Amino acid sequence: MALLEIKEISKTFGGVRALEDVSVAVEENTLLGVIGPNGSGKTTFVNCVTGFVRPDKGSVRFKGRELIGLPPYTITNLGVGRAFQMVKPFFHLPAFKNLIVPLSSKRVRASSAGGYGDKDAMALDILEEVGFERDSSVPYKTASVLPHGYLKRLELARLIALKCDVFILDELFSGLSIAEVTSIIPIIEKLLNEGKTIIMVEHRLKELFRIANKVVVLNQGRKIKEGPPSEILEDEEVRKAYLGVEV
Amino acid sequence: MMKENYRKERIARGIKARSDDIYALNSYREIWYLLFPRLVPIVGVAVIAFMLPLYWQKVVITTCIFAMLAVSWDFLSSCGLLSLGQALFFGLGSYTAGVLNHYLHLPIYLTIPIATVVGGFLSTIILLPVIRLRGIYFAMVTLILPLMIMRVIEATRIFGGTEGITGLSPIPSNWAGLAFIIAAMWAALFALRRFFGSDYGLISVSIRDNDRGVMASGINIYAFKAQALFIGASICAFCGAFMTHSYQFTGMPVFAMEFSILPIAAAAIGGIGTLAGPLLGAFVLVPLSEFLREFGTMRIVFYGLILVICVVALPEGIFHYLSRKYSEMERWVKID
Repeated sequence: MALLEIKEISKTFGGVRALEDVSVAVEENTLLGVIGPNGSGKTTFVNCVTGFVRPDKGSVRFKGRELIGLPPYTITNLGVGRAFQMVKPFFHLPAFKNLIVPLSSKRVRASSAGGYGDKDAMALDILEEVGFERDSSVPYKTASVLPHGYLKRLELARLIALKCDVFILDELFSGLSIAEVTSIIPIIEKLLNEGKTIIMVEHRLKELFRIANKVVVLNQGRKIKEGPPSEILEDEEVRKAYLGVEV
Repeated sequence: MMKENYRKERIARGIKARSDDIYALNSYREIWYLLFPRLVPIVGVAVIAFMLPLYWQKVVITTCIFAMLAVSWDFLSSCGLLSLGQALFFGLGSYTAGVLNHYLHLPIYLTIPIATVVGGFLSTIILLPVIRLRGIYFAMVTLILPLMIMRVIEATRIFGGTEGITGLSPIPSNWAGLAFIIAAMWAALFALRRFFGSDYGLISVSIRDNDRGVMASGINIYAFKAQALFIGASICAFCGAFMTHSYQFTGMPVFAMEFSILPIAAAAIGGIGTLAGPLLGAFVLVPLSEFLREFGTMRIVFYGLILVICVVALPEGIFHYLSRKYSEMERWVKID
């Protein structure tokens, strides 16, 4: 059985069909890419899985447990974490204090035998994992002055702090330079080595196709193709809908 | 004052950077640097309050009550709960104390603590269904509720109706009452400041910044908001209970708009988000309103004028301005 089973979820906003009967099965310890043109329902898909939006119908099962109807914080505590496309850290706090919030969650408390431990030290360790050099001033700077690349890393660090089983990364690479993307990819590969499951919603296809095991293509709320990256590039319909006929 | 070809350079004092971390204090000078701005108002208020004539001592009590309402407002808004209805919390505390004292004949040292907890609890229960609302939507509900309760009391004539409940037990001694309310005010201020320094307070402020982010971090934000609401409302309920015994009366006026609006004005001129700022604002506005009594009906004009001048001249708030002056050096540097 797949770790995360999404079955026929649909969502309409007024007259707009954001999602229509989308089914995806995510196997444990794989990287699933979700791609599609603008407005194809990628973020709605993420919102439905993580409880921020309740789909009109369908089911989302994680380890056999139904997630639809649960509030976002319960879903997070079960181990399905999401990073936001629009990074909004807690701006007034230093970067490492941003992680105090996820480190105070039920999930972290349960995983550390009821106690929280030294949260500041844990936060600095996690930040180092995602590329905040411990000996520099970066982890101690207020989040509002950090550059965009660091904010994206901070978003990833939040999910690492939560020790999620499933990482849902909504356009993690958007707005990053090639150099920044290539420095984040090893972090993602490391997560895969640790046995985590990752869903990446992306526009940066080149980088995504290098690391993805399976890719799902959405167009106008419908799943039009699913398969390994090599097949996706070959597919006529995908080219028409998304990549443009010229490619 | 502007100088040609010069700009003002602001540098944080070294002592400030070191004293942000308590472990770095290593001289009496540094300890004094931290204690001075805290001791001056504490000692100042205590000394001045007890030297004043009786009438002005009553003004100090009212000022302390409004200061606590303002601190509570600032606390709630820092936790992402924008309230326009401090009067609701205040009134519920007041009526609880009045009812307990009048109908059950409980003594004052029981009614005030019970009213603090019960008032805070009732306020939280009443607002629980709308705790999911954010910003102005939550504010609208809090604005309407005290007005509704006022009309309900008027229509159903419960608890004395429009007459209210009179002849309640007074505060035993003027001196004790004054000392008690001043102590309570400082306790509320410093406890809430400590609260924001803790991890728990850090999460509460993060909810204001980005509630979706906190939810995605596995935290039940509604539980946190409800707890913050209880803390904020309890402080107001305490004020209501104290005021009730101070005036030996409770009635419809305790739900008046004044108790909702003045704390916000105090916060606006004192400096929002600092807790100490709103307290300072209340200590400016309430005595000022008393001083202006001589002007009769022109009072409100002068009052409004001073309020406008404060907001325009010091939009950051008095407290932000003072703390900046205290912790930074300024000097003119030549522009190359």
